Amino acid sequence: MSETRPTITPPGPTVFDLFAGFFMIGVCGFGGVLPWARRMIVEQRKWLTPTEFTEMLGLCQFLPGGNIMNVTIALGSRFRGIPGAAACFLGLMMAPVAIVIALGAIYDQYAGYAPVRRAFVALSAAAAAYLVTSAWKIAAPLWGRKLAAGVAVCTFVAIAVLRLPMPAAMPVLAIGSTLLLWRFRA
Amino acid sequence: MSTLLDLAIVYGQLSLLAFGGANAVIPEMQRQVVDVHHWMTPHEFAALYALAQAAPGPNMMVVSLVGWRVAGLWGALVTTGAVALPSSVLTLLVSGVWFRFKDAPWRKAIQAGLQPVTAGLIMASAALLIQTTVVDLSAAAVAIVAGGLFFFTRLHPLAILSGAAVAGAIGLVG
Repeated sequence: MSETRPTITPPGPTVFDLFAGFFMIGVCGFGGVLPWARRMIVEQRKWLTPTEFTEMLGLCQFLPGGNIMNVTIALGSRFRGIPGAAACFLGLMMAPVAIVIALGAIYDQYAGYAPVRRAFVALSAAAAAYLVTSAWKIAAPLWGRKLAAGVAVCTFVAIAVLRLPMPAAMPVLAIGSTLLLWRFRA
Repeated sequence: MSTLLDLAIVYGQLSLLAFGGANAVIPEMQRQVVDVHHWMTPHEFAALYALAQAAPGPNMMVVSLVGWRVAGLWGALVTTGAVALPSSVLTLLVSGVWFRFKDAPWRKAIQAGLQPVTAGLIMASAALLIQTTVVDLSAAAVAIVAGGLFFFTRLHPLAILSGAAVAGAIGLVG
């Protein structure tokens, strides 16, 4: 009886394992960290099964805040409580924050040069276009559904055209949308 | 000190509003940073957003960068911490009991209700950034060409972004 115990309950990642795993995600995750997170958590280190990962991600997308940030908290606390959550979060954020500040410092240093300024005009326009295509992909499933598309358009008008403050607009939009779509099962 | 407190309050609020991640709260972030607190111009904000795309990590890096620009290293630590803490506490509290109601009808109703709101918010973010960054015809050309590449090709986003930056630097545009 006692000899089977170690194989049935694997010890799970330590606080340091969690830190190291998420550190690698943070360093690798150019242009979106989610694919890297799934690769490390499910395929390489097998901390979660694919189903567990999908369920955890579902929760983290449901709650406010950065999806991957929420994953660090949910996963870290599941294995090692609050220290585990902190280790995952710090592991994920440490390198990217340092890198982005270094980029900011370099930009400041050279922002006076015409080529750098022109590069940033072009880069900013391209980054905005990137967000347009992301928005298009997120909105695409809604077009067939009149009510949902209507809610999306109302949200757009409230925030982008009327420039309403989000702390006031968001509760109205979220609650209104939920009740409306629930009432009409749209 | 009061600037750090203001940053903490602004980003603490954004944390709980960010249904759909950081890209959903770009308009509110810009409204607070540019219109309410006058920490920078809209063009500086757009440049920081673009710069943040060049860094690895979560798509929240614009948060750290704004903090750094406003109040140095402490500013970056405060905004990063403030944007993470409220949503993290919520995640910590909810994740323990999540399995109990993951199939509950009300949860599915809320999720279905939030989906179009999130889509609208991200469209608003995109529109705002386009409005700020398309300053002349050549910037418009870059946005159109880059948008076409993002949409119709499988090129890595970073390749397209760096291509745009290089085109700007050598004077093809701008």
